[in-house]
Amino acid sequence: MRSVLLLALALAVTAAAPAWAGDPIPSPARQSELDYILRQDCGSCHGMTFKGGLGSPLLPEHLEGKAGDALADVVLDGIPGTPMPPWRSLLTQPEALWMIERLRRGLDQ
Amino acid sequence: MIAKLLYSGLVAATLLAAPALAGEPRGTNDMGIVVERAIGKVLVVETTNRTVLGEVEGLGDLSHAAAVFSRDGRYAYVFGRDGGLSKVDILTSTLVKRVMQAGNSIGGSISQDGKFIAVQNYEPGGVKIFDAVTLDQLADIPATYGEGGARSKVVGLADAPGKRFVWTLYEAGEIWVADLADPKNPQVRKFKNVGRQPYDGLITPDGRWYIAGLFGEDGLALLDMWNLDKGVQRILDGYGKGDPALPVFKMPHLRGWGFADGKMFLPAIGRHEVLVVDAKTWKEVGRVPVKGQPVFVMPRPDGRQVWVNFALPDNGFMQVIDVASLSVQKTLEPGPGVLHFEFTPRGETVWVSVRDKDTVKIYDTGTLDEVSQFKADKPSGILFTARANKIGL
Repeated sequence: MRSVLLLALALAVTAAAPAWAGDPIPSPARQSELDYILRQDCGSCHGMTFKGGLGSPLLPEHLEGKAGDALADVVLDGIPGTPMPPWRSLLTQPEALWMIERLRRGLDQ
Repeated sequence: MIAKLLYSGLVAATLLAAPALAGEPRGTNDMGIVVERAIGKVLVVETTNRTVLGEVEGLGDLSHAAAVFSRDGRYAYVFGRDGGLSKVDILTSTLVKRVMQAGNSIGGSISQDGKFIAVQNYEPGGVKIFDAVTLDQLADIPATYGEGGARSKVVGLADAPGKRFVWTLYEAGEIWVADLADPKNPQVRKFKNVGRQPYDGLITPDGRWYIAGLFGEDGLALLDMWNLDKGVQRILDGYGKGDPALPVFKMPHLRGWGFADGKMFLPAIGRHEVLVVDAKTWKEVGRVPVKGQPVFVMPRPDGRQVWVNFALPDNGFMQVIDVASLSVQKTLEPGPGVLHFEFTPRGETVWVSVRDKDTVKIYDTGTLDEVSQFKADKPSGILFTARANKIGL
């Protein structure tokens, strides 16, 4: 059962990969801006160390098993009915995906 | 690089200043702290000559740092995001004691008599009470609610006259009032169904009214601390009706909500407006259009002006509202990441944290000109000891 779940997970991740691979990677300058936004602005609610605050924790173990595209949708569209805002006016989808991958690695890596 | 050099210059200056501190007695009423949020440190500052007197390290994760002061104005109690409660001696710039009291914390208060420190925690959700001298834990009040015993995050903690504390449960939508006449056995009164997602609260400067802001609804919850039997009332119902709200990139803070000229000034959620409310009838009497979504809306101590900072993408600006005409008097641009500001006790200057410039800027509130600045690493909260003498701070 567990291996079925893992397989499904692997498929989900693989399925998400082409979108990621096909999108432009943010420039190094933009990457450092995104890094800053992650720590300072996302960190306002999720904690600068991403242990959580008013918003949920975003440590690698909390993101495990969640597809990048789905998480990017959350970043870009927010979660209606909660304080999580839609960031679409400030971030593109490739940028959101890049930030999620950054969180998956752990921000101190 | 230049910032680094300047910074080490500041450190060197601080070291030089230290011996004077040890020798010469001084009062603390012109002192305060500046939180350096990313590196777990506070700067000890004084507002007479506008200098940094010292620094205290090792305070943990200060990404949402708050502090209160002892009644003698000597100690700052700093509440870290990581659950650390630190007692800092600002006369000697030393860390007196630090306890880890929770996993995730958001702020705290000091009791009317200065004997107890209350800390509000997200994880595990609840409030803990500590002895202000020893930091020994006296009481633990878990924020459990509903049938299943779930715990709620606690927001909006404030001290109230009569050895009481009042706070709000975010998930539960409840307001709790605790009487600490016997600190080891707090008597808690609970008010339920106050509204959806109360995200912060404040008590008015006279200690009478406790107000919780609701993120999930258009309205505010109001509790009269003079008459708890009346229960929680709703005020300003539907104040946000009309235009669709904008995304809120930073939650407004309520603690600084201002009372000036018999009116309350508060940030409109998701709108580029400051709401003006009659503080007797709690009815809206006006709105001031501003540059962005307000985060802090704070009156100068004399109430003649109200200063406002903003959420992204307008967090490089501040605006000054003229209270007499209810219009914006001037727009300032201190620089990106204006996180917080604090008036000197009588309001002749305001100190502004400009996070992304690693700078604290000081403005003359009469001329509205910048008069001084100094370096600080990602400064956030600026808190002066005058808070020691104010209810609700």
